[in-house]
Amino acid sequence: MKLEMKDQPGQLVAALKPISAVGGNIIAVIHQRETSTPAEALDVQIVLELPEGRLPNLLELFREQGVSVVRIGEERLLYECTLIMIGHLMHTDLSDTVDQIDRTGSAEVTELSLVMPAIDAPSSARITIRSTTRAEMKRAIRILSAVAKQKDLLIIEPLEDA
Amino acid sequence: MMRIAILGFGSVGRGIARALLAKDLDITVTGLADSRSGIIDAGGIDLAAALAKKENGGPCGNAGVSPGDVVAKAEYDVLVEVTPTNVETGEPALGHIREALRRGRHVVTSNKGPIALAYPELRALAEANGVLLKYEATVCGAIPLIHAMQEGLAGNTISRLYGVFNGTCNYILTRMAAEGLTYEQALAEARDLGYAEADPTYDVEGIDAGVKLVILANALLDLHTTLDDVERTGITLLSPEALQLAEDQDCTIRLIGEIIPGAGVLRVSPRIIPKIHPLVVEGTLNAVTVEADLAGDLTFIGKGAGSAETASAVIGDLLYIQSRHVKGS
Repeated sequence: MKLEMKDQPGQLVAALKPISAVGGNIIAVIHQRETSTPAEALDVQIVLELPEGRLPNLLELFREQGVSVVRIGEERLLYECTLIMIGHLMHTDLSDTVDQIDRTGSAEVTELSLVMPAIDAPSSARITIRSTTRAEMKRAIRILSAVAKQKDLLIIEPLEDA
Repeated sequence: MMRIAILGFGSVGRGIARALLAKDLDITVTGLADSRSGIIDAGGIDLAAALAKKENGGPCGNAGVSPGDVVAKAEYDVLVEVTPTNVETGEPALGHIREALRRGRHVVTSNKGPIALAYPELRALAEANGVLLKYEATVCGAIPLIHAMQEGLAGNTISRLYGVFNGTCNYILTRMAAEGLTYEQALAEARDLGYAEADPTYDVEGIDAGVKLVILANALLDLHTTLDDVERTGITLLSPEALQLAEDQDCTIRLIGEIIPGAGVLRVSPRIIPKIHPLVVEGTLNAVTVEADLAGDLTFIGKGAGSAETASAVIGDLLYIQSRHVKGS
């Protein structure tokens, strides 16, 4: 989100405080003077993670601090993970496999590339999942692994940095 | 001068013999046995002659002398146990190692079976008898991973350890990615080059990598695990299409062994990995990353198998013992 505040000592800290107060996590703070900004005001862009439903609360706290919100851009599915599946993907109902992830509501399959080399031969697919949180991603991968076990598919997970 | 007895005169045993002949290491071999024969000679065995006999297809020694005889009767300071691995029972190596430790002899081994199955017991036995048990060659051949973790990284807490532990699988996956070969084609090529056994199960199903994880977990991370605790997926079902799908995103697929002590993770499985990642090594190489709290991340890359390479690890252990325990004693 992009915020506008008074260019006075302590203002930035005052603006950041409400974020932790509502359980948010600041990822980046970008702060630069733009020519369009009035001399006595300061523009700050903040990238943050917020628990679901806390945004109105945060905006209220900003208002109390005299910080005005210029723009909010929301990205719901922040986390992305790409996996590869091998097996009889079509015969084991690929749309059901995808649906089991989508049904969680907090993770979605956003991309799928499928290669079917020959009839009756196992096919391979690259599947991209996006989720709201890291925990939801773990849950989605657990669901996919369980489905894969049931359907006798091989799932190849990425090697993540810890 | 340090006296050693060598059990096993295959690739590793012969590699050790060649290195001892080529270098002046102040080590004399007083006992030697292969699966069919043995020699006991307190004055020092003629290794060149034993090598020549073996390379002509014969036994290295006399049919009347068994490995058990060498362990029990030869005069040695260190038993070098380099026979093939049995992951189910660890035998006959396990019995021989126990016997040597009970006799108050140091033991150096490249054999994964006894260390994976009975490390706590063997260590206790070594301690009770005031001797050392060394096993650098059991994990990643020439890479001095165990020494690095026990000595160089002593005092660090290891939060994660992961890498490429099996050269056969790495060769197969390298070839599938580079040439678009099927798994079967790449396996056949690995066999032709001597990188894969006639029965490749032990390598391609991730058992070998799993056993190495168990050794590292039990011996270095103080976990109490067995091969059954390792979540294990091999590479036999991998398709060239899957490797291409990874390639499309500048990634590839490697068989990765992973230990996360805090999360109870002990896992061998094919994983998608960026091609620029340090663990993406070519051919039969091994590579391991250790995440340590003080040292940060360290990655070790080197040859995981081979006659001279494995001998390097065994000889490193021998000289460690020599410098601390044998010289001047």
